[in-house]
Amino acid sequence: MFDFDMLLMVGLKFLFALLMIGAVMTMAGYSVLAERKVSAWMQGRVGPNRTVLPMIGHIPFVGKFLQGLGMFQPLADGLKFLFKEEMIPGHVNKFYYNLAPIVALVPALTTMTVLPFGEFFAEDGRTIPLMLANLEVGILFVLAVSSLGVYGIVLAGWSSNSKYPFLGGIRSSAQMISYELAMGLSLLPIFLWVSEPGTGALGLSLVDIVNSQNDRAWLLLVQPLSALIFLIALFAETNRLPFDMPESETDLVGGFHTEYGGFKFGIFFVAEYAHIVVGSAIFTIIFLGGWHFLPWIADPWPATWVGTLLGIGWFLAKTIFLIFFFIWVRWTIPRFRYDQVMNLGWTKLLPLALINLIFYVLLVTWLDQPTT
Amino acid sequence: MAKTVVLQRKPLSLSERTYLPQIVTGLKTTFSNMFKEKVTLQYPEEKPIIPKNYRGVPTLVKDPNGREKCVSCQLCEFVCPPKAIRITPGSVPEGDEEREHVEKAPQEFEINMLRCIYCGYCQEVCPEEAIYLQDEYSSSGYTREEMINNKEKLYELGGTLPDSHYKWDQKKTAEDQGNGH
Repeated sequence: MFDFDMLLMVGLKFLFALLMIGAVMTMAGYSVLAERKVSAWMQGRVGPNRTVLPMIGHIPFVGKFLQGLGMFQPLADGLKFLFKEEMIPGHVNKFYYNLAPIVALVPALTTMTVLPFGEFFAEDGRTIPLMLANLEVGILFVLAVSSLGVYGIVLAGWSSNSKYPFLGGIRSSAQMISYELAMGLSLLPIFLWVSEPGTGALGLSLVDIVNSQNDRAWLLLVQPLSALIFLIALFAETNRLPFDMPESETDLVGGFHTEYGGFKFGIFFVAEYAHIVVGSAIFTIIFLGGWHFLPWIADPWPATWVGTLLGIGWFLAKTIFLIFFFIWVRWTIPRFRYDQVMNLGWTKLLPLALINLIFYVLLVTWLDQPTT
Repeated sequence: MAKTVVLQRKPLSLSERTYLPQIVTGLKTTFSNMFKEKVTLQYPEEKPIIPKNYRGVPTLVKDPNGREKCVSCQLCEFVCPPKAIRITPGSVPEGDEEREHVEKAPQEFEINMLRCIYCGYCQEVCPEEAIYLQDEYSSSGYTREEMINNKEKLYELGGTLPDSHYKWDQKKTAEDQGNGH
């Protein structure tokens, strides 16, 4: 017998996956635009405001407004990358050279499968989190997969067979390894705090973390030091300034993607911004209460589909603010020297994260001791 | 002799050593910059204000009575460092009532804008104040021939300028009123 329900479920999952990819890729494309616009505004410039689609540009007020915001620029940029000639330099290792952009993009897109971005209120009173795959070990999955992205950069650096990309790749791997530790350690106290006995929260699920912040303090307020360490490590993991060692254009020409051009370069570019989008979403989920309203205030929206949409909107607003924060920091702080990055990672952040962990272990133990 | 004073730096406090307050200050600065007035000029729609004495494209000008000023003395051709100017001299026909004060006029006057370096020597050397570098700064064309400005084009670009020196009409009126040199 043909299992129709099964087919429907697979089809729906497939559709949702496509929607999710579309959403994240669009956000990545538009964060490139945001980067250009925000950097322009911060430097007293206007930024891209010429690109326009023939039809929409003629709509009286809206068209001009959208053109001024450069809303059609990502489209033009994408098409440009798509139609450029694919150059493969003669001195590269062709197989790995072609593989590297894919290896860089896939982890960035894979992590989003476990990101919860809202909740759906079913008719029978249950609330179903909106996400592609509700893993019990969500955060482990995110940490594991997102750090795979470094392989793309290392492969690109190595297969380019040229000294600057090579240096970029080496730096990147060293930096990733250094900050991965601090990042993981900064998250442990969070899970200790959330999964206290009796709450029924399952240790590593992202949904439980979000729900633990409903009408209670955000974890940013409970554990500011963990949030700070996680944020700094996030900047390092996404290769953003002030930690953009792999592509520090002033000392490494273009860094790991020096030898890349056309669509392959575009994929690296999109992967970088997809990392930022996903990283911002994870920070929102863990520290900023996800789709829940403000700390100590219960969600003001009703438990219907309106509430679902408002919750998703609120989650997106927080994520977009964090993306803006990433851009804002980039155009404020100069780049670290490479040894300073290593120094900060190993001698400052790692001990700090350890002290933070020990402090919260003791605190949680003291709070949880049975009252007799 | 000035005495060198070595300033002792105060040791950084704990909050200063984390650099976080400084980063926050920097973030405030960049954020406030976002709302300041932009310096960008939307070029083809908005043109910059050209200051006086700007050295733009060299042009030929007519005097306030609409007469050709150039007498094709060829001083500019001679002084032009990149040899961008070429003049074919011609004479003013006898019996031209308006222009009986001059004997010669250029038959053809060409300035090659691919050679011109906008030095302004031609304007400086011209005894008749006939060649001026004015506020036109953007010249482009599809061929090399198009970039050679002929006499017609030069007069079209130049137009008529008032005499800025104590010469000709100015001097004549002053003399008529009895206060010439």
